[in-house]
Amino acid sequence: MIRMDVGDAENVALALGGDQDAFRVLVERHSRTLFRLAHRMTGNEQDAEEVVQETMMRAYRRLDRFESRSNFGTWLYRIAVNCSLDLMRKRRPEKNQRQLAKGDETEMQDPLDTAVSNDPGPDRLALSGELGKQVKVAMMALSPVERTAFVMRHFEGNSIEEIGETLGLGAGATKNSVFRAVQKLRQHLAPLVGHGHARSASGEI
Amino acid sequence: MKYTGGHLNEEQLLDYRYGDLAEAKATVEQHLHECENCRASYESLLSVLAMVEALPVAEPGPHFEARMWNKIAPRLQRPGFDWNSLTAWMSPKHLITYGSVAALVVAAFFAGRSSLTPKVDKTGTPQVADNTNPTTNTPGQVRERILLVAVGDHLDRAQSVLLEISNAEAGGKQNPEVDISQQQERAQEMLVSNRLYRQTAEHSGDNAVASVLDELEPVLLEIAHSPSKVSGSELEELQRAIESRGLMLKIRVLDSTVRNKEKPATQHSATRGS
Repeated sequence: MIRMDVGDAENVALALGGDQDAFRVLVERHSRTLFRLAHRMTGNEQDAEEVVQETMMRAYRRLDRFESRSNFGTWLYRIAVNCSLDLMRKRRPEKNQRQLAKGDETEMQDPLDTAVSNDPGPDRLALSGELGKQVKVAMMALSPVERTAFVMRHFEGNSIEEIGETLGLGAGATKNSVFRAVQKLRQHLAPLVGHGHARSASGEI
Repeated sequence: MKYTGGHLNEEQLLDYRYGDLAEAKATVEQHLHECENCRASYESLLSVLAMVEALPVAEPGPHFEARMWNKIAPRLQRPGFDWNSLTAWMSPKHLITYGSVAALVVAAFFAGRSSLTPKVDKTGTPQVADNTNPTTNTPGQVRERILLVAVGDHLDRAQSVLLEISNAEAGGKQNPEVDISQQQERAQEMLVSNRLYRQTAEHSGDNAVASVLDELEPVLLEIAHSPSKVSGSELEELQRAIESRGLMLKIRVLDSTVRNKEKPATQHSATRGS
């Protein structure tokens, strides 16, 4: 029996009692969100799928450590961040870095080619081709910790404290990681500003 | 970072973008309105961030959830049972470390017991311990000293790893990466003992030791989980993690305190031996 109408905490309790269908509901409910997060962090679909699987496996093995008062989605999210970080570190041989620096994409699938995005807006259209590749190269040139801190801060809207807690870093080190990530992105991308790209409403003056 | 007026540096502009200068929002807005340079810098930052935001994220196909479940389901064992973690703990390296710490705790226990056992004289009458004798150690003291020696050695090893990382330098363009595999291995080994010593210190109410070991743990973890060859920026990141917590100083101070506590036992033993 599939319990889509039951809350996460109840499904966790049922899964702990040996009900695999209850865990299946949790997998089906959260996989897509985790995939998007993992894709931002790892930069390709295969790795993002691997992260989702590993996250769910880790969660299942540690299900008894989940506190019912907490939010299950947030708990999974933290596991996924760490799984992504582990995978990025594993996938980061020096040759990959050299290839990325040269713009060689053989080891990375191009999300621009594989994305099934809905109605690309002007920004997405502007980012097709060379500009989009440069953005990807800039993102992949960040260290795993920098990329994680930046994705959590910029795309997920996490606070410095939340990021630090997930990464096991102090507030100063966390803030430095985000700052260094943005500095590196600026170094790579600032010269390209204005090349067929209009600023979107990412902030205000 | 606070803002009290004047030109905004890049860190402050980023803080403002992420809403961390909320209390100075009006002042920042006013300055950005008036200062062309700061405004240009902020607009450049926003443009770069917008470029990154516009990078599309792949959407998995319509049957993604079912596909994930089909891959996960055959691998499921009993929930709450971490086989991987158990396998990692049962690795020879961990068993050796775990065994050494366990042996130490057992040694501390028996040392305590032997001190507890009353001495018996020739007539078979148990002798009362002489509490006025400064060379007589209570079981608690003996146990504490054995653990102190072990914690002292542990702190020495930690200092050595942190120092090596702090003093490491990337070798420029010719050799841009630094091999930290040895330090990584030692950090990995120390993680197990660090946790056990921290828990022991917490149980015995030794907050100073527990607190420093608690701060040491994430740094050891960071080193242990780093790639075996780190780039200059990754090395700097590790060095900052060590420096930002003032960890070296805290460990040095604690190590010195621990060693001082060990001294009376050593001195008494020397007196007895002479």
